[in-house]
Amino acid sequence: MNWHAIRAIYLFEMARTRRTLLQSVLAPVISTSLYFVVFGSAIGGYIPEVEGVSYGAFIVPGLIMLNLLTQSVSNATFAIFFPKFSRTIYEVLSAPVSHFEIVASYVGAAATKAIMLSLIILATAALFVPLRIEHPLWMLFFLVLTALTFSLLGFILGIWADNFDKLQLVPLLVITPLTFLGGSFYSIDMLPPAWQTVSLFNPVVYLVSGFRWSFYGSADVAVGVSVGMALLFLAVFVAIVMWMFKTGYRLKP
Amino acid sequence: MQPIISISALSKTYSSGFAALKHIDLDIRRGEIFALLGPNGAGKTTLISIICGLVNPTAGRVAVDGHDIIRDYRAARAMIGLVPQELTTDAFESVWNTVSFSRGLFGKPPNPAYIEELLKALSLWSKKDVRLVALSGGMKRRVLIAKALSHEPQVLFLDEPTAGVDVELRRDMWQLVRRLRDTGVTVILTTHYIEEAEEMADRVGVISKGELILVEDKETLMRKLGGKQLTLQLAAPLAQIPSALAHYGLVLAKGGTELVYRYEDEGEGEGRETAIADLLRDLGSAGICFADLHTAQRSLEDIFVSLVSAREQAVTEDAR
Repeated sequence: MNWHAIRAIYLFEMARTRRTLLQSVLAPVISTSLYFVVFGSAIGGYIPEVEGVSYGAFIVPGLIMLNLLTQSVSNATFAIFFPKFSRTIYEVLSAPVSHFEIVASYVGAAATKAIMLSLIILATAALFVPLRIEHPLWMLFFLVLTALTFSLLGFILGIWADNFDKLQLVPLLVITPLTFLGGSFYSIDMLPPAWQTVSLFNPVVYLVSGFRWSFYGSADVAVGVSVGMALLFLAVFVAIVMWMFKTGYRLKP
Repeated sequence: MQPIISISALSKTYSSGFAALKHIDLDIRRGEIFALLGPNGAGKTTLISIICGLVNPTAGRVAVDGHDIIRDYRAARAMIGLVPQELTTDAFESVWNTVSFSRGLFGKPPNPAYIEELLKALSLWSKKDVRLVALSGGMKRRVLIAKALSHEPQVLFLDEPTAGVDVELRRDMWQLVRRLRDTGVTVILTTHYIEEAEEMADRVGVISKGELILVEDKETLMRKLGGKQLTLQLAAPLAQIPSALAHYGLVLAKGGTELVYRYEDEGEGEGRETAIADLLRDLGSAGICFADLHTAQRSLEDIFVSLVSAREQAVTEDAR
């Protein structure tokens, strides 16, 4: 293992975060607060309790998931796309670093940032609504697993994207809709039966459901299924990254 | 002694179908300065990129100090420093951080004393806390060199090191390269400035259209292909060279108004010293008058141009 290299890339990425600390923390905190004002207070007042918790508290896990997914993807996408775009990537590719080490350091840094931000949002949420976390260790497990999985997806997108437009394409057209339709703001049970079936094809449903279970002990799908699906996504993305490096896809002609 | 870099049967065809390298065999000797000379698009950067791990070879093998660049890439790459042709730097990093980053990336523990020494040697010390975006092009080039040397490599690749570089930096760079060679570092530079190869290199490899045309000690190359050239401007054009002068190997140029005579200035063999005198006397007795004459040393540039055009001619003839 080239630990010096992993440390160098990881710290480089974290330094990038420090330089943009204000906007990278402030923006999500403000947008989350807005969600609470709009959904929690304004609309939530008309919605009865969902699965035994107030609507404001019900949406907290979904909101954190929404942020976690978008942040993981965008952090990792940018982390690998930008050096590719500015061509500074030559240095990493010419270094005595294995593919695993490259992925581990970039994805690790992207996931770290996303997790830190999620915890900040969790703390912000606690200011607005009474929170309880029934399974804190499982909550952390879902947080870390999802951050890693979607940072890996971001890494894949960053390698795939060859212009700035594509950089936004997948987050906007895929991630955001899937998250909004993935039960972040409602329970799947609230949908008509046909849409409930459709929802089961949305991977985000499993993540939100499992994550919400770790808070309130109730879930749309069995927890075991959520864990299984999360691990399955991780495995699929790992396989894609391995294929990309093996073939040199968009990195090595 | 085992060559520091051994390239055998190396080929690269890009997915577009463009054959950038065609069956290259080349050994780089330990501690030499090797210049890879060729026009733009000849395959110089592709060759370097394959050795450094930036481009996948289509066929063939490369070993760095006996380590295969694919199977044993860690050992091979740890020995190499690369200064790319383009000024690619992270805009918002400081000089100190970016150079320290490179050292870590190549698996070396931090060594602030060495980095300090390096930055001082490259006149970058006063800029160590400056963000890269604020540096001039020449300073960025120095930073790229510092990054490449940050992990104390045994082999340094300089891809077009003096393209767009001012005289001062060029001089500094040449001094640095010589100093590195004195410490046992092998330096491989690509250039299309012949002057650079002539000034710096111990050996020169000429590459054109993906093929290595020739590899030679610079001195030998200069002697073998260099020589001198005497050009005579004739008073009246000649249709052909009189048979009495055939043994001089003269060439008619510019529509018969010039006679060109190639000779070695330090050649051996009988009558060498008097060759020009003999020629001029024989010209006189053949009734050929000339208005003017001049001699010129052939530069590496002339050699290069004639090599490449001879090659192209041969290829065209083969094709017929």
